[in-house]
Amino acid sequence: MSNKTRRRLAQEELRRIIEFCRSVENKGLNPFLVNVEDLISVIREYFPGLKNPEDLSLDAEALNQVASIIKMQSEWVKRRATSLYRDPFLIEEKLRSLPTRDLAEVFLKTWHPTVELEQITIGSLKTAMKYWESLAPLSERWREEELIKVKAGMTTREELIKQGILRDETFLSEIEKLWRELKEAVGAEGKTDYWDFVGAESYRETLRRAYLTSFLVTYGYATLEIQPLEEKIFLKPNETPVSKTDAQPFSFPIPVNYERWRQWREQREE
Amino acid sequence: MARATRRIGRKRRYSMMLKRAAQMIFYKRHREPGVKGWELRRRLGSDYPKVLRLLDEYLGNLGLTIKTVFEEDGSAPENPTIDQLDKAKFYVTLREELSLGDMKLVGWRIDDLAGLAVSLAYIISKGGKAPRKDLEGLLRTKLPGWRVDMNLNRYLRLGYLIEDENEQLYLGWRARVEVDQKKLIELLLEQET
Repeated sequence: MSNKTRRRLAQEELRRIIEFCRSVENKGLNPFLVNVEDLISVIREYFPGLKNPEDLSLDAEALNQVASIIKMQSEWVKRRATSLYRDPFLIEEKLRSLPTRDLAEVFLKTWHPTVELEQITIGSLKTAMKYWESLAPLSERWREEELIKVKAGMTTREELIKQGILRDETFLSEIEKLWRELKEAVGAEGKTDYWDFVGAESYRETLRRAYLTSFLVTYGYATLEIQPLEEKIFLKPNETPVSKTDAQPFSFPIPVNYERWRQWREQREE
Repeated sequence: MARATRRIGRKRRYSMMLKRAAQMIFYKRHREPGVKGWELRRRLGSDYPKVLRLLDEYLGNLGLTIKTVFEEDGSAPENPTIDQLDKAKFYVTLREELSLGDMKLVGWRIDDLAGLAVSLAYIISKGGKAPRKDLEGLLRTKLPGWRVDMNLNRYLRLGYLIEDENEQLYLGWRARVEVDQKKLIELLLEQET
């Protein structure tokens, strides 16, 4: 037999094995109908003559399909061993012969539909209305940005601070003052309770401290430690401001409402 | 006195947690209903299994129950660990069996329900996977062709079935939550034809 004929024969046999295994898998047939040893001996017989990468990949694919059949055989045995297993032909026969009414009745005895609710609340309606009011019309949102030609000119430091390009020195110095305060407030653990730190004698002052503290965290002067199960938040000062350019930024809202402030004060007085 | 106050405080706390758990489990917040164990833990704390037990007792009076579906095959381990519970999903389902008279209440025609029974039982009998064509053939013996296609698409849309790119059908999340598979097969085989 010439090499060319042998190669063609090998390709045909390998393709036949692949197709056969695939059809057993797709049709859910009994995988024990496949004689794995026979298939392996065919693959083994042709393997030494395969040189071409295309033929070798065909050989690998055939071997992979045979492995899938072995896996199916293992699952088949496992399934047969479970209490759920019943002869599929017997079940199919029942399904074909039972009247529709009986089938529905049997099903109702085993069916416990899920209960689920979808309801709009006044609160969500209000939020939705607010959103709708502030939503710009499509004509505006989809309008292409036009470049505005502006003549070069002078700007002021205040203007740059307003635009967020420069940081306000007074603001920064206030943050740094608070940072020093935080460093002094932490104990041996290196952290302090969020409320113990931002809480002050007046609600107004508490708000101011909470606002500045949010910048302490944003600018990397401190880190938040959140313990969701205990519902506790701690503040940990960093030795030097840490740049967070690599980390994915995220927001963590902390409500600082009047009720919560009063609660904190009462607890402290106890 | 102090003990009594503590008891009232604990009672109030559990009552609040029950309300919160009921809202989380009843209202559909994602594409599918139900709530994951870890979501309950985050909102209710680590003793959420106890809150769920209390809620289940309460719902029992209304003919409802909390169904727990564990990861992988969905079957319940003997003594589930807290980690297994965290990964499990909890749903509210009807506790009692339905009768043919109740069918209209849940919005199903008898043909559609029988078709669903056939689809699920056929897939279960084939080890959890069956070609769509074979199931269509079986359904066509009793239902008109247009209805078979419509019904199969409805079962897929509702989550009773899943279909892959090779037109193979599997049991969907809703079948695992709502249907007692073992009982379905047993009752079918018990039926006299």
